Amino acid sequence: MADKISNKQIFFNPFSKDNPVIVQVLGICSCLAVTAKLEPALVMGISVIAVLAFSNVIISLIRNTIPTNIRIIVQLVVVAALVIVVNQLLLAYAYDVSKQLSVFIGLIITNCILMGRLEAFAMGNKPWPSFLDGVGNGIGYALILVIVGFFRELLGSGTLMGFQVIPQCAYDAGYVNNGLMILPPMALIVVACVIWAHRSINKDLQEK
Amino acid sequence: MINKQSNVYTIVYITAMVIVVGAALAFTSMALKDRQQENAQADKKSQILQAVHVTTSRATVIADFDKYITAQLVVNDKGEDITGEDAFMIDVAAQAKIPASERKLPVYVCQLPDAGTKYILPLSGMGLWGPIWGYVAFNDDCSTIYGAFFDHQGETPGLGAEITKPAFTDQFPGREVFKGNEFLPIEVVKAGQKPLNPKVDYVDGISGGTITSKGVGAMFDNCLSPYRAWLEKTGKTLGNI
Repeated sequence: MADKISNKQIFFNPFSKDNPVIVQVLGICSCLAVTAKLEPALVMGISVIAVLAFSNVIISLIRNTIPTNIRIIVQLVVVAALVIVVNQLLLAYAYDVSKQLSVFIGLIITNCILMGRLEAFAMGNKPWPSFLDGVGNGIGYALILVIVGFFRELLGSGTLMGFQVIPQCAYDAGYVNNGLMILPPMALIVVACVIWAHRSINKDLQEK
Repeated sequence: MINKQSNVYTIVYITAMVIVVGAALAFTSMALKDRQQENAQADKKSQILQAVHVTTSRATVIADFDKYITAQLVVNDKGEDITGEDAFMIDVAAQAKIPASERKLPVYVCQLPDAGTKYILPLSGMGLWGPIWGYVAFNDDCSTIYGAFFDHQGETPGLGAEITKPAFTDQFPGREVFKGNEFLPIEVVKAGQKPLNPKVDYVDGISGGTITSKGVGAMFDNCLSPYRAWLEKTGKTLGNI
């Protein structure tokens, strides 16, 4: 690396300037799947932070031993193994949470952010910066998930974390939940709106 | 220095990795198996109790289950008892796929201090994305539903997944499956519509969750029909039909 970036930058850049979802446009697939409600979005975000941090560290530790021609397979095996361990632990110690997440935990394996970070960062950096990079990117991903989940649950179901927030009197006055918000296409549109707002604020991200 | 690009290195590396990862996963699975099974069974018990409106916590569910569920029977589609089977361990999902005449049908007999005897029957079927299942509790007339509980593996949150919500399940209590001499399992129809047979009791499905709602209807038809003989017999013995 020509100009070395500090650990602080590694950790904080993915929050906004280098956000995996809205700048690199990775991990959109799971962004559509889990954001109909805020709670699964939040737990999914936390799970991705954990898996991303640990897989980054493991890959970084063994990076000098991995044969280049099978590196993607090695990365996949590490990620898949970690996800299965997380799932087994949840089943044993947090059964309710694991029931709620069901298929979403498995979806972490297919999350493009994981492969992206492993390939782009952990393969060429020491364990500690890799850990920070994993946590930072995980948080960047979780942030967008929570923002999208917030709007979709609020407008689509009138609830937040399962609690009713839009008062009954609003429904009596003729307010109707927007059922479209629950459907996956609206997640794309909400993500697009977030990207729009984000680029309007950060002028340097705009393409000529 | 070893040549990391050689085929031998690659094969040795991948073999070692598979063995290490495989052993680690096998160890995790073995170490946690007992806890996971306990959790799964406790969860099943709590689901059964929810059909009779008893809510429990993880700490008390086993004691509550033993307190309220006084007997567990296994019957066949002729209404006869099958002995030597553990009702709780029967895989209802597998039973729902074989012909009715070969099925082993579990019945949970429940005594509620304030509401009397209830019979809880398990259901199992398919939603849009995967399995759905439930428990339906009958009053001692063996026709009127006392309560229902549904759960699913991966239905869409906000749409099909709404079958677990009170807004859906609260429609079931009070519906009857025996109309005169006819046995008519509950139908699930599109909100605002009526079933073809005007005699059958029905509930409104979930808008946007049509396939899951139909799955619930099909589950009632497939899983309750084999119980007809047993329900009739038990209802008549008690003189309630």
